[in-house]
Amino acid sequence: MTYGKGLLQGLKVTFKNLTRRSVTAHYPDVQPDLPPRSRGVIALQEENCTSCMLCARECPSWCITIDSHKETIPATTEGGRDRSQNVLDTFDIDYSLCMYCTICIEVCPFDALHWSPEFAYAEGDIVDLTHDMNRLREWMWTVPAPQALDPGAEPSKELAAYEAAAEDPE
Amino acid sequence: MPDVIDVILRCVLVLAVFMVLPLVIGQMEHKAMAHMQSRVGPMAAGGFHGWAQLVADGVKFVQKESITPVAADRRVFELAPAVALAPYLVALLAIPLGPFFGQGNLIGQDLDLGLFFVLAAMSVGVLGTLMGGLGSGNKYSYIGGMRVAAQLMSYELPMVLAAASVAMAAGTLSLVGIAQEWEPWWLITQLPGLIVFFIAGLAELQRPPFDAPLADAELVMGPLTEYGGMRFAMFLLAEYAGILVLSALTTVLFLGGWAGPFSDHIGWLWTLVKVMAVAFLVIWARVAYPRLREDQVNALAWKVLVPVALAQITLTTVLVVA
Repeated sequence: MTYGKGLLQGLKVTFKNLTRRSVTAHYPDVQPDLPPRSRGVIALQEENCTSCMLCARECPSWCITIDSHKETIPATTEGGRDRSQNVLDTFDIDYSLCMYCTICIEVCPFDALHWSPEFAYAEGDIVDLTHDMNRLREWMWTVPAPQALDPGAEPSKELAAYEAAAEDPE
Repeated sequence: MPDVIDVILRCVLVLAVFMVLPLVIGQMEHKAMAHMQSRVGPMAAGGFHGWAQLVADGVKFVQKESITPVAADRRVFELAPAVALAPYLVALLAIPLGPFFGQGNLIGQDLDLGLFFVLAAMSVGVLGTLMGGLGSGNKYSYIGGMRVAAQLMSYELPMVLAAASVAMAAGTLSLVGIAQEWEPWWLITQLPGLIVFFIAGLAELQRPPFDAPLADAELVMGPLTEYGGMRFAMFLLAEYAGILVLSALTTVLFLGGWAGPFSDHIGWLWTLVKVMAVAFLVIWARVAYPRLREDQVNALAWKVLVPVALAQITLTTVLVVA
């Protein structure tokens, strides 16, 4: 006899939930426990940036604006050649356009861009969502250390290459 | 002169119960429903677990504009919330709360025809929703109003039959008398009547799963579609007051009212505990069950509840006569 079974089951399921603790995150009172590699805001390590424009070109939503000029570094030895270096004038990310796809960070050859888990940067005016390079540099302080490897995992290839180079004095 | 003071005191007490207990039930609905759905419900208002949420809601409703649609039947439309709310206050006047520390029975007014009085008042309460449906000048409201009428017709009968069975077993129509005559084995012999009465009461209050007249997915909000602000708040309060009256009536008729240990002193507390337990069942049913279709609503009344109620009456008759 299964008649009325569903009625009892409905009562049972709801009562079980009543006795269990709810899973609600009490966000404004309790800070969320974010997973590693959370995509909160993009931080810029300005010193690493060579103004190569890769990030700005790859960005699908065209939210990165870069402007730079060349500076000449005089030759250090006599008769040597003067060297030139790119210096950033502008590095803006417009977070009203950004879709957090992480392509700019993947594509950066010099590790100048990083994810920071900070997410609370809402603004009253859309103009203020464009973060200039000073503000992007400040986010660097919130970038967490890389996630530790799983116990027993293979060490990264970069580490193996580094150790091989250190052992071989030639 | 002491008579006047006595009357005033009773009225104030009933009014206080009428203002406070529906809010307590409403808050219980907020929190119990939330936890049954793995949420926490209101947390901010009042500080401690959102205890003042309904007070905050009330303050919000007061600030809102009262709009009467041009197409509405103005008098009927504006009177409907009062017609929905006031009868429950009247009904509460005749429901006994039980002995209070040896001070005699706490009751607004002990009527010889208490049962009829309360049932009649409850039915008038439903008329408020009906008036809202027919007076709003809105098709959704109108269809909702029709459904209210159909539901009222269907469920009035099994409800009265189930109540009549208890009255017959007790041999009186006075609510105090019925609660005094109550004996524990009624829980078994009157169980079908209890179930019929509770379900019919749910349907009469248009509580889920019998909220086909409101049916917010198909009829927007049924008869309440055009209401806002204070008038909507009155309908909302009427819903919770209705739960209170239904729970209190179920308690007094079927659960023995104030029967329990030390009932001479804390009988009123036993009544309140039982009322709250029944109100919890009302809320539980809302969370656990989906809404019945309109034809299912009526089929349940005529094909299940009425026959069961009639069988209950037959059983009671045999028991009383034998």
